[in-house]
Amino acid sequence: MAAIAQSGFREPNLLMKMASRPTAMAGLLIIIAMIVLALLAPVISPYDPAQLAVRNRLQPPSWQHLFGTDDLGRDVFTRVLYSGRTSITVGFAVVIFASIIGVFLGLMAGFFRRLDAPVSRLIDAMMAFPDILLAIALVAALGASATNVVIALGVVYAPRLARVVRASTLVIRELPYVEAARALGVPTPVILVRHVLRNLTSPLLVQATFIFANAILAEAGLSFLGVGISPDIPTWGTMISVGRQYLDQAPWIMWFPGGAIIITVLSLQLVGDGLRDFLDPRLAKDV
Amino acid sequence: MLRSALNRIFGMLIVMTLVVTIVFVIVRVTPGDPAAVMLGPDATAADIENLRERLGLNASIPQQFISYIGGVLRGDFGQSIFLNMPVTDALWQRAEPTFFLTVFSLLIASVIALPVGVLSAYWRGSLFDQAATTLAMFAASIPSFWLGLIFMQFFAVKLGWFDTSGYGGPGASFGERMHHLVLPAVTLGLISSALITRFTRASMLDVLNDDYVRTARSKGMSEWRVVVKHALKNALIPILTVIGLTAALLISGAIVTETVFGLPGVGSLIVSAVLRRDYPLIQGALLVVAGLYVLVNFIIDMLYLIVDPRVRY
Repeated sequence: MAAIAQSGFREPNLLMKMASRPTAMAGLLIIIAMIVLALLAPVISPYDPAQLAVRNRLQPPSWQHLFGTDDLGRDVFTRVLYSGRTSITVGFAVVIFASIIGVFLGLMAGFFRRLDAPVSRLIDAMMAFPDILLAIALVAALGASATNVVIALGVVYAPRLARVVRASTLVIRELPYVEAARALGVPTPVILVRHVLRNLTSPLLVQATFIFANAILAEAGLSFLGVGISPDIPTWGTMISVGRQYLDQAPWIMWFPGGAIIITVLSLQLVGDGLRDFLDPRLAKDV
Repeated sequence: MLRSALNRIFGMLIVMTLVVTIVFVIVRVTPGDPAAVMLGPDATAADIENLRERLGLNASIPQQFISYIGGVLRGDFGQSIFLNMPVTDALWQRAEPTFFLTVFSLLIASVIALPVGVLSAYWRGSLFDQAATTLAMFAASIPSFWLGLIFMQFFAVKLGWFDTSGYGGPGASFGERMHHLVLPAVTLGLISSALITRFTRASMLDVLNDDYVRTARSKGMSEWRVVVKHALKNALIPILTVIGLTAALLISGAIVTETVFGLPGVGSLIVSAVLRRDYPLIQGALLVVAGLYVLVNFIIDMLYLIVDPRVRY
């Protein structure tokens, strides 16, 4: 490995490329910080996120309660940290689920000419539904739970990934090495995974980052509307929905979870933008 | 050209059929009996049977599908279970706030996004461009319902310039109703401006590097004329596309924004339909919104075909 690295043929790795773009790097560091904060919530905060202390309710931010307390006297800072666990996990699960469906559909449409028209029309039809609308309809049909929110949002975002995968597959399909593999009698599934999918990782990664950002926003929207994750589970969206009722007395209940959403989504977008610029130079012409 | 138009019409009909199919399927993925789910745990077996009969759930799935398509073709989207009226009437009653909210937000978004996007592309890499690009990304990261609450807290609760919610109640004048739309429209407009700014900038960049722009400059044409007459004119079609599609997508923003501001529009109707599991109403709303999107898309494609003779489908 060391020899390869020294020979100078090895491409600079992703992290080093990221470092050359400070905004993307900052985004990445903030994302990591948010995940660490969510994971270390019990260590960072002395409070229990569900601990009621009604005498302490609706306290403004102070040194005891950095972000104040909510209507039931719970520490808002602690709840923002714990909510991060749910919101980030749901967002990530959506990316994984959407990628599985999206990659499958995109590969089928891009690689097999006969499947292209039907799958592409299906993708068009799915994309005609605005994301939140289709998601709430699916959650309404499946039943409200965290798992079903992931399924619904996964189904909503899969077509976008499928579109990107299809477009790249159409190009890769015609490349000489795919033709060579075919001529050598390599079985189609192996070609698909080893030669096509591997070369799709760049556009896929870029798209997945943006879907991560959108999924966090969409989950917050569903939870806020009360049609997603149960209000008993703290997520940034459910916290804002509680804070809405105390807008005049205790606006901080909704300030801070909103801030957490903005920071997380913005960092993901910065990372996505950075990734796109150096992974996919064709798309970067507007920078 | 006629052939392209026919191809496109055919393609649109297929997508429309798929949209109707998806809407039909969504309700069928409900675990268990949709009629029982809709009526809740207190319903008697007779009630459930009654509703099953009303919804036509006792027929076979293909039969249900055929009668559903038949209904849609006749403009009959079924009956809302809770409002006890045709779905089309229910949607129509709530159309006004949503219509004006969409129009105003789109106006606000375009007034901000078009100049900012054009200048950003023109002064590419400048401080202005960087600031605009960063702001657009920031705006795209803000949950619309949260921004709405922040505005509500400041302008309605603190300053008292607006009511915190509602649409003026029965008998409110047109002016009063529009006054209630100011905060929601600003909220939605600001957030949608992010997408339109980005797109305007990208389309302008595409065009600014084209040969005819260089030619226009070399002829000694004034910069203003080069940018507005030559570049912007050519960038306008993709920009209009995005504005059109944003219009169709704004309904998604309207769902959340109307709920925040308690506006009696289509968006809040959809949320209450979901909470009450009023499936026919949910289906109708999905169909109308997705149908509009496909239609807007189709009209734009047709415009391309007319404006640009090179385009073929």
